[in-house]
Amino acid sequence: MLEQWSYTLHLRLRSLLLRTRVDQELREEIRDHLEQQIQANMAKGMPETQARRAALNSIGAIAQIEDQCRDARGVNNIENFFQDLRYGLRQLRRSPSFSALTILCLILGIGANAAVLSWVEGILFRPYPAVANQERLVALSGTAMGESGVTALSWPDFLDLQRNCTLADAFIVSKITGASLGIGDRSERARGSIVSANYFDALGIHPVLGRGFRPEDDSGRNAHPVMVISYQLWKDRFKSDPEIIGKTQLLSGVQHTIIGVAPEGFYGTFVGWAMQFWAPVSMEELFEGGGYKLDDRGARWIEGYMRLKPGVSRQQAQEEASAVMKRLEADYPATNRGRSVKLWPLWQTPWNNAGTLLPTLAIMLAVGIFVLLIACANVGNLLVVRAFARRHEMTVRLALGCGRGRLLKQLLTEGLILSALGAGGALIVAYWCRHALGLLFPARAGMVMYLPGELDWRVLACSAAISLVVTVLIGLIPAIQTRKIDLAGVLNAESASVVGGRGRARFRSILVLVQVSLSFILLVGVGLLIQSLQKVRTESPAFSTKGVLNTAVDLVSAGYDAERAYAFRDELMDRVQALPGVESAAFALATPLGYGYYPSGPIDVEGYQLPPEEQPTVEYNEVGPAYFATVGIPLVAGREFVRSDDLKNVPVAVVNETMADRFWRGNDPIGKRIQVKGRWMQVVGVAKDSKYDSVREAAKPFFYVAMRQTVSVRGTTLNIRTPLGPQAMATALAREVRALDSNLALYETITLQEQLERSTASQKVAVTLVGILGGLALLLAAIGLYGVMSYVVSQSARELGLRMALGADSSNLLRLVMRRGLTLTAIGMMLGALGALELTRLISGFLYKVSPHDPVAFGSAVSIMVVVSVAACAFPAWRAARTDPVRALRN
Amino acid sequence: MEPMTKPSDLVQGTLDMLILKILALEPQNGWAISQRLKQISSEVLQVSDGSLYPALHKLEQNGWIKAKWMTSEKNRRSKFYSLTAVGRRQLKTETANWDRLSTAISNVVKLKEA
Repeated sequence: MLEQWSYTLHLRLRSLLLRTRVDQELREEIRDHLEQQIQANMAKGMPETQARRAALNSIGAIAQIEDQCRDARGVNNIENFFQDLRYGLRQLRRSPSFSALTILCLILGIGANAAVLSWVEGILFRPYPAVANQERLVALSGTAMGESGVTALSWPDFLDLQRNCTLADAFIVSKITGASLGIGDRSERARGSIVSANYFDALGIHPVLGRGFRPEDDSGRNAHPVMVISYQLWKDRFKSDPEIIGKTQLLSGVQHTIIGVAPEGFYGTFVGWAMQFWAPVSMEELFEGGGYKLDDRGARWIEGYMRLKPGVSRQQAQEEASAVMKRLEADYPATNRGRSVKLWPLWQTPWNNAGTLLPTLAIMLAVGIFVLLIACANVGNLLVVRAFARRHEMTVRLALGCGRGRLLKQLLTEGLILSALGAGGALIVAYWCRHALGLLFPARAGMVMYLPGELDWRVLACSAAISLVVTVLIGLIPAIQTRKIDLAGVLNAESASVVGGRGRARFRSILVLVQVSLSFILLVGVGLLIQSLQKVRTESPAFSTKGVLNTAVDLVSAGYDAERAYAFRDELMDRVQALPGVESAAFALATPLGYGYYPSGPIDVEGYQLPPEEQPTVEYNEVGPAYFATVGIPLVAGREFVRSDDLKNVPVAVVNETMADRFWRGNDPIGKRIQVKGRWMQVVGVAKDSKYDSVREAAKPFFYVAMRQTVSVRGTTLNIRTPLGPQAMATALAREVRALDSNLALYETITLQEQLERSTASQKVAVTLVGILGGLALLLAAIGLYGVMSYVVSQSARELGLRMALGADSSNLLRLVMRRGLTLTAIGMMLGALGALELTRLISGFLYKVSPHDPVAFGSAVSIMVVVSVAACAFPAWRAARTDPVRALRN
Repeated sequence: MEPMTKPSDLVQGTLDMLILKILALEPQNGWAISQRLKQISSEVLQVSDGSLYPALHKLEQNGWIKAKWMTSEKNRRSKFYSLTAVGRRQLKTETANWDRLSTAISNVVKLKEA
């Protein structure tokens, strides 16, 4: 088999590379045949000339045989292809403006898609650069009966899964955390992961310096203060110190030995953030607080991944893991009743940003396809013009006996050249856009936003597939045109501008209609998204955004216990209030519209009979004295929390208006009592409704409890009302914090306005990108319309001249051309409007207080389209108006 | 025009089989093959010399036969074709196919007559 293969390969290479020698041999072979035949004939008694003639007769046309032999060897196909390639390139060089325009359209069309695909691939399918075998990684979360959403896992459960699941070859813990990183006399927040000891080995990551973790790092309470740092951290903070291994670094107040430096381009395993350090699970308590958890089956904190063995499906692994959890449930009912696990494909990982980006990426993918279609219609348009210009050449070739199949091959080759150049340019565009997505999101101080885009084989394959389809389209359009060529007609008539003109114009008009309607749909979509964003951004959060700063101190990772935290808050508050420029200040547990979660719990309301099926769960915030005055939430009744609302006095709460309406129905709630988590509190005030999680949310019941009436380490978000800017205040604050404890890190200080803007960042990104793509589509459509109108004008020069000769003045002609172009636009817009009415419903989930059929969006799309069409038609119309009747008629 | 310069698929396949069969006996040059072809089948199949060479080149390309320039006893340099192991297997399957087909056809013909 191998021998045969190598022999035929040798043959093929020979026929291709040593063409003249192979042809020579063939000629010799045939001559040899002829000579033998001649001798045979002469042996039968023929004279030599007759023998020669008979031999030549019996073999037939030698040139034809040679050609058939070449065909048999499969050489002609390849040779023809190279010939077509050379010819095609020459053709493209000859009309540079056509080639440039076509290739540009293709670059934009394919490039937009390649870029979006690279984001989809980088964020959803292979989110972790440098990690091996990601296609087999699945995210591992816990589930609890009766609770929607996911839970974390406990370390003992995790170990049991690891021991008993035979279908996975690795289990890793990867829990995102934060720590204060001591640099000199100050501290900074750093983002890191708590990972199991096998982390680096399992992911196939080899530290560039030092090593990863050892199995013993997985056990012992705070026993292994070691860390691996990221390449970036090593470069920025440690100046690429080659002797870094073995040095110590203060992390959350504890000296950690640096044992390794991760390789460049490895960012950890969390979509959205680049990790700066990795610490072993034995140190978990230091970063997260809440006691030692490695021996406690009820302490759930683990987020992790599992890598399936090759060929194992997620379903199979899920069944096995569920069975293991079932056994644990029987063995440890106290901690594991109703507990199981769920495996997720990476792009649905419940705890990182992949899921939140999914709808944005879906919209972008759809828009990308629209842009591609519009670009293709444009290229088609250009090709039709060219096919018309080349009709003479095609006709001559057909007349000279060139097969239509051969002609088709050549046209496809030209299409291939165009789309290959387009695809090449597109990949460069996509390469530039790779990391651009991350740049659109606001970064937080000291932490690196990382949204990867990769140009791997999948992106390349998809782009190649797109270009192939485009190639066929590009080749087929002129091919269809040549099919209609009427040999005699074209060759005879020099008045060829009339032949088939109408059919061609109709075809091109259809392409323009497609473009106009698709870009109209995009315009409506962009209009809707912009309006929605506008609504979101002008929506008042019902608290002050100006003149209020927000920051936080990290007490948990600094090892504070509840009592010390309680005391620290009071001390810091005294110092902050004494700072110049501070009008008021208050601590809170969570910041409105921030990244944190509000606590929530089922509540009991005194005097309110719960309907049997209702168990109202209400979110609340823990806030310090003067919180409402500081943040600017007006009170409609009662009073604000004060310093004396402390452990010695009766617990108090403030409810919002919606909550007051719902549970007290018009009666005054002040003085009534509510209970949450077993603690009764007296309502002392009613606050105006405001926005809590998102400006898009509807009014919901919410209440506030007084922070100084519970002792907890949590609750270190600091709000300050001041006319000073964030920078000045941050410096002053950092000084005060350091005066109390130099190990403490201060979070970024931002205005609440900034907080508000960040909360709408992903919408802004979506709108920006869709806007860019929509603008691109509009530009392409305008080029298409312009092309068609110029063509119409150039083709009907004679008619225009005639009209002018018959008394039409230039304004008549101007109107004539404009009318024709605008009619096309109008029909296109009508089609687009019909499509948009259907399609915009798909993005209604993105829209805030805007109907998918919003008249303003449709209206502005119409006006933009009209302006663009008028601009696109203006030049051709102007040219028509300047038609010189004498010259037009003479030509 | 030669009637067989572009043989139909059936005849083409048959021609391939005949060539393989001839080469199975001993290596031959092109002219000798054409003489054998004429001997075997001159009355039934008209194979022109013109269609022989493309067929030989195709068989070579398929790896069923091998070509080698050799000097014959009369001191003539000729291109000799010989069967490869793959070609031998191919001949076997084609012969078997042919037998099956011809049996089937003759059965059908008999059926019709009965």
